[in-house]
Amino acid sequence: MSNDAISARGDLRLTRITKSYGDFNAVDDLTLTIPKGSFFALLGPSGCGKTTTLRMVAGLEEPTVGSIHLGDTDITTTRPYQRPINTVFQNYALFPHLTIFENIAFGLRRRGIKDVKEQVDKVLSLVELPHLAGRKPTQLSGGQQQRIALARAIVNRPALLLLDEPLGALDLKLRRQMQIELKWIQREVGLTFVHVTHDQEEAMTMADTIAVMNEGRIEQMGSPADLYDDPETAFVANFLGQSNLIKGKIEGNDGDNLVIDLFGQKISMPKKRSHAVDNSMYAGIRPEKFRISRTGTPTRGNTLTGGHIEDVSYIGVSTQYVVAMPWGQELMVFEQNDDGVAPFDKGDEVVISWEPTFTFGLRGDEDIEAGTEVNPEEPAEE
Amino acid sequence: MKIGKARVPYLLLLPGFAFLFTFFILPILNLAQTSTQTPVKGGDTGEYEQSFAFSNYINAFVDNKEQFGRSFVYATLATILALAIAYPLAYAIAFKSGKFKNILLVLVVAPFFTSFLLRTVAWKQILGEEGFIVPTLRSLHIISEQTTLTSTAFAVVAGMTYNFLPFMTLPLYASLERIDPRTIEASGDLYANGLTTFRRVTVPLSMPGVVAGTLLTFIPAAGDYVNAAILGSPNTKMIGNVIESRYFKIVDYPTAAALSFTLMAAILILVTLYIRKAGTEELV
Repeated sequence: MSNDAISARGDLRLTRITKSYGDFNAVDDLTLTIPKGSFFALLGPSGCGKTTTLRMVAGLEEPTVGSIHLGDTDITTTRPYQRPINTVFQNYALFPHLTIFENIAFGLRRRGIKDVKEQVDKVLSLVELPHLAGRKPTQLSGGQQQRIALARAIVNRPALLLLDEPLGALDLKLRRQMQIELKWIQREVGLTFVHVTHDQEEAMTMADTIAVMNEGRIEQMGSPADLYDDPETAFVANFLGQSNLIKGKIEGNDGDNLVIDLFGQKISMPKKRSHAVDNSMYAGIRPEKFRISRTGTPTRGNTLTGGHIEDVSYIGVSTQYVVAMPWGQELMVFEQNDDGVAPFDKGDEVVISWEPTFTFGLRGDEDIEAGTEVNPEEPAEE
Repeated sequence: MKIGKARVPYLLLLPGFAFLFTFFILPILNLAQTSTQTPVKGGDTGEYEQSFAFSNYINAFVDNKEQFGRSFVYATLATILALAIAYPLAYAIAFKSGKFKNILLVLVVAPFFTSFLLRTVAWKQILGEEGFIVPTLRSLHIISEQTTLTSTAFAVVAGMTYNFLPFMTLPLYASLERIDPRTIEASGDLYANGLTTFRRVTVPLSMPGVVAGTLLTFIPAAGDYVNAAILGSPNTKMIGNVIESRYFKIVDYPTAAALSFTLMAAILILVTLYIRKAGTEELV
């Protein structure tokens, strides 16, 4: 069986995977299919189990319960060196005693590939560093090491490429540049990429599909736009971008819409965007979806009156307002600075309005702080 | 104040330099001077005069070829044995010992709490007739009833291996412990099985420790005379024993000095060749 594993191809399927350390389940009954050829991101805060999941796919950890399939081949207990899977490690883990050329050639040589020189040269051109072949890893910058680590993995044309926080050690500017390059290389080589990250912006920039993980489980999975526009849980709503979550009560139906009471003011939202299970719910609205206008001026869509500006931060492309509502909640509003209207001042009486279709509904028993306290810039787990 | 700052490094060097000058450079010069002396005609025992007799070197070497050869053979054997024992030990402490790591490291160093001489004498007991090893080997018919282990080359090499083992283990441990476990994982990820990973990644990355450990074992072992004196016989004399007896028993200072220099030169040449061969200039 192990000899077949190396040539296995197809979708990656994790079936009811649990990984326990003593009483603690790092990964808890996780089922997931990653389609062949996709760029898939596992996104979550430190300790959510994403790295453990990746290590189980790589074969560096064995699941306590459950199975892992690549295509039709069961690889749950296959040794790492017998899996057609390569990893770009968090700190690159380049071999310090080997030249860049030999680092990249390592996997090819182990498999007895003939045209090593040709393949290494090709992948070095792909990452645009052919002139570094003779250097040692310590003579390279962080960004260069990152590309060599990527080259060392993709030169093997694995069925699956795993990226463990590959950009975590780079500075912000280089990180943005590498995100675009990684995405380009993935399209170029057409491999399945599984990317683990705690950086939601990174995941959204690169991945076709994101699985948001929390406490060893998948909170929600979908395209970046789906997750952002229609989060199903407070954790997702807060971890991906920012959200305003307002306590409400479902009063009734109006065709395809729900009528909701938010502290005495009526709003409506599409039924299919509500994930509430009973009358109690939270109405969620992203800060940039809000419009802000002076009390007394006409508004469209859903409207909440009685607010006043609590704080103003001008940040160039937009202005961020904190608006205090009559029921004591502070709402976050982002306004583009594109209409030539003078910004509001602290203390101004305002009305907030938004298109009903932008509203999402969460269960009324959610912890609305979930996912807000994790610092996305925190160093990764371990 | 600026000039003062620039001088600080030299001031810091001064005590060490003064010490080495007084207790190393001067004696070495004195030794060099002694090595070409000849006895004063009609003088007392131990009375020598400078006559630039470089033939002392040739005579000293020719008369003691055998002991020179033995020193390097024994030291090489002890180094290889110590490496063979210390590598798995250091590997286990570095990667497999978990919470016992510190205890094991203390145990490696623990023999130093007892005198070097005492430990060597203890080996005489262990390998002697009344020890447990000889009777056991005899009853298993591995050695004959007549064979003894003390006063043999085996005992000398065993004693040296034992005495220098910590010098091999500690640098090996230090270099193994420094290896990033992710590089080991990366090797497995890149299709290398356990054995290949060990050969291609672990061993090359531990080379600084191997080089340091073998030097720290080989150099003192080549000049050692305590093990040969306590555990050996006249047939296992090493060059250290010859130098010792020339100095303190025969009072032949020039020959002893010439032998010391020859030993030093031989070790220097061997070590240089070894480091070249091991190709780790940048690692040491």
